[in-house]
Amino acid sequence: MKSLAELEEIRKKTLEQISLRKGGNGMRVVVGMATCGIAAGARPVMNAFVEELNKRKLNDITVTMTGCIGVCRLEPIVEIFDKDGSKVTYVKMTAEKAARIVAEHIVNGRVCLEYTIGEADK
Amino acid sequence: MQVYRSHVLVCGGTGCTSSKSEFIISEFDTHIGKNGLQNEVKVVRTGCFGLCAEGPIVVVYPEGAMYTMVKVEDVKEIVEEHLLKGRIVKRLLQGQEESKDVQKSLEQVDFFKRQMRVALRNCGVINPEEINEYIAYDGYKALAKVITQMKPEEVVDTIKKSGLRGRGGGGFPTGIKWEFAAKQVNEQKYVCCNADEGDPGAFMDRSVLEGDPHTVIEAMAIAGYAIGSNQGYVYVRAEYPIAVKRLRLAIEQAKEYGLLGNNILGTDFSFDLEIRLGAGAFVCGEETALMTSIEGKRGEPRPRPPFPAVKGLWQKPTILNNVETFANIPIIILKGAEWFSSIGTEKSKGTKVFAVGGKINNTGLVEIPMGTTLREVLYDIGGGIPNGKKFKAAQTGGPSGGCIPADLIDTPIDYDSLIQLGSMMGSGGLIVMDEDTCMVDIAKFFLEFTVDESCGKCPPCRVGTKRMYEILERITGGKGEEEDIEKLEILAKNIRASALCGLGQTAPNPVLSTLKYFKDEYIAHVRDKKCPAGVCKSMMSYVIHADACKSCGICAKQCPVGAISGEKKVPYVIDQNKCIKCGVCMEKCPFKAIFKNV
Repeated sequence: MKSLAELEEIRKKTLEQISLRKGGNGMRVVVGMATCGIAAGARPVMNAFVEELNKRKLNDITVTMTGCIGVCRLEPIVEIFDKDGSKVTYVKMTAEKAARIVAEHIVNGRVCLEYTIGEADK
Repeated sequence: MQVYRSHVLVCGGTGCTSSKSEFIISEFDTHIGKNGLQNEVKVVRTGCFGLCAEGPIVVVYPEGAMYTMVKVEDVKEIVEEHLLKGRIVKRLLQGQEESKDVQKSLEQVDFFKRQMRVALRNCGVINPEEINEYIAYDGYKALAKVITQMKPEEVVDTIKKSGLRGRGGGGFPTGIKWEFAAKQVNEQKYVCCNADEGDPGAFMDRSVLEGDPHTVIEAMAIAGYAIGSNQGYVYVRAEYPIAVKRLRLAIEQAKEYGLLGNNILGTDFSFDLEIRLGAGAFVCGEETALMTSIEGKRGEPRPRPPFPAVKGLWQKPTILNNVETFANIPIIILKGAEWFSSIGTEKSKGTKVFAVGGKINNTGLVEIPMGTTLREVLYDIGGGIPNGKKFKAAQTGGPSGGCIPADLIDTPIDYDSLIQLGSMMGSGGLIVMDEDTCMVDIAKFFLEFTVDESCGKCPPCRVGTKRMYEILERITGGKGEEEDIEKLEILAKNIRASALCGLGQTAPNPVLSTLKYFKDEYIAHVRDKKCPAGVCKSMMSYVIHADACKSCGICAKQCPVGAISGEKKVPYVIDQNKCIKCGVCMEKCPFKAIFKNV
C-alpha cells in the first residue's frame, strides 16, 4: 500500500460488509421467516432487500428475520420499523416489490401504500 | 465482494478455545452449508468478549443475540432455528431466566453496562486474523495521521497530555518515558513490548494479543516514529501459543500491506517488528531482565541508572511498554489527549482492564474507567460472591501486590489509592476471596511463587524471600513461634529496601498487606495454633458427631486412605493420624454428621 487513499479505500469497502456488527438504531427491515413465510418464498425477498440495500450503500439499515407474524395467508410479510419505532407492514411480497420499497420507502420516505396490509384486506 | 446478511461471531480466545470453540466454528460451517446459507451467513472467529465464566460465547448480528455456554451440540439448533427461521434460541441467551430478552447490542447486557472498552475495543468485534477488519474500524489511521501530519515531538506531547500511565504495573507516565528516549541523540533506538504477562491469573494482555494484535503493531510503529526508532521487538511468553500465532500472522499481513517495513505509506519512515519468545521465567517480565533475555543471555535484571530509555537493549536507548499501554495509543491519537484525560480520575486517566478471578460469579475480563469502586466491580459487574458467601478481601497486583479488605470495598480503583492502602494496581489481576480463604495461606502461596521465580542474582531476594517462606510454612504448619511475626516484618522491610529489581522489592507485599489487615489471623495461627478459616490442614480436623451419625458407612467407603472405621449401630470414627484432610467424607455424608473442627 503506497498511500493514504488506498488505506481509506480498504476501510470503506470492509466497513460496508461488517457494519451490521455494531447493531444500529436506525431503520430495520424485518422479514417473516417462519414455515409459512419460507414456503411462500420469503428467502428471495430477503435476499433482494440485502442486495438492494448493499447496492445503495445503506449500511446502517439492518435486515433481520422473525417468526410467524400471524397472517399466514398474506405471506411473505415484511415489516419496516422506523427510527422511532413506528412500523409499516407490507404483505404478499416479491423480490421486485422489495426493490421498489427500498427506493420509495427507505430512500425517499414514501410508504408504498398499495403493498401494505391495509390495502390487501380491502 | 460477498455481502452477508448475518454475522456469527464466535470467541476464539484461549479460554473459549479450551472449551471447544474451534469445534463450534467448524460445526457452524457444516450446518450452514447443509442448509444452503453459506452465501448469507458469515462465521467469524473473534477475540475475547470478557464474560469468560459463561464461555464459549457466540454473538449473532444484526440482532445482537448473545449466546453463552454454547456446546457443539447446540449449533444445529442455532442454525436451524435462528439463522434459518429467525427464531432466537431463548434457552441459550445470556441473562437471568426471567429477563431473557434479546439485546440489540452488547452494551445492554448487565455485565457490559458499566464497562468502557477502550483497550479491548476491537475484541469480540473483529476477526483478528483479518487485517481488513482492523482497518475498517479505523485501524492504521492513527499511524497514517502521525507519520504524515505530525512531528515526533507532537506525538510525544499528545501522549504526555493524555496522562496515560504504564499499564504493566509500574504506572510510570508513558509520555515522559517516550520523551526521555526521544531526547537521546543516537543512531539506533529500540521499541519493546512487554507481552510476558507472568502474574498468575492475569490474561489481559493475552486477550489483546489474541483479539486485536494489530493495535499493538500500530502503536509500536507510532512509538518508533515518536522516539526515532526503526526496530521493535515484542517479547511474548511461549505459554501463549494462540497469541503468538495471531501476532505472527498480523505482522505478516501488515508487512504485505506495506504498513511495516521500509517507507511506510510512501513516507521516509521505516519500522520493522520481530517477535521474541519467552521461556517460562517470571523475572523476564521485569524490564531489564526482559532486555537481557532478548540479547540472548539468562534473564537477570541490571542496576538502574542507567535507565533503559538512555541505555537499554544492547546499550541503546530503548522504551519498553506493556501490551495494554500500547493498545491505548492509537485511539488516543485518533480521539485526542483531551478525550482520554476526561476519563478516569485526576492522576489516573483512562480505563484499566482487569482479569477477575477467584470467588466471584462473573469470572472474566472487565475494562472499567479508573476510579470505579471495588464494590461496583465485585457486585454490579462481577455478579457477587457465589454460594452466598461473605466477601473477605480482593488481591490486586498478583505476587507484587496486596489485598483490599472488605471494609475498604468502597475504595476507588486507581494507581494512587491502591498504593496508599499498601497494595498496587499491578498488571490487572484481581483475585476475589471469601470467608473460606485463609489470608496467611494466601501470603504463603504468593511467596512460594516468588521464591520459585527468583533469578538468584541478589541475596536479599534469593535468600530473603526463602527465609520468609520458611517462616510462613512453619506458621501454616501449626509450628509458628512468638517472634515469627516480628521476624517477617523485619525481613520484609529489608528485602524491600535492598533487592535489585521489582520482583524482590515487591515480593514482601502480600505478606505485609495481609499482616496489616488480618493480623488477628496470624496471631491465631501462631499463638492459638488455629486457622480461623479452616484451611490450613495441620490445624484443622474432620470430626464425626456421634449423635448425628447413622452408621451408614458411606464415609468409610469414600475415604481414600481408609481412615474411618465403625460398624452398625455404633458411630463411625475418623483416625486423625491417617486422615489427610481431603474433605470427601464431609461432602458425601447424607446426614451432615461430619464437621470441620477448627
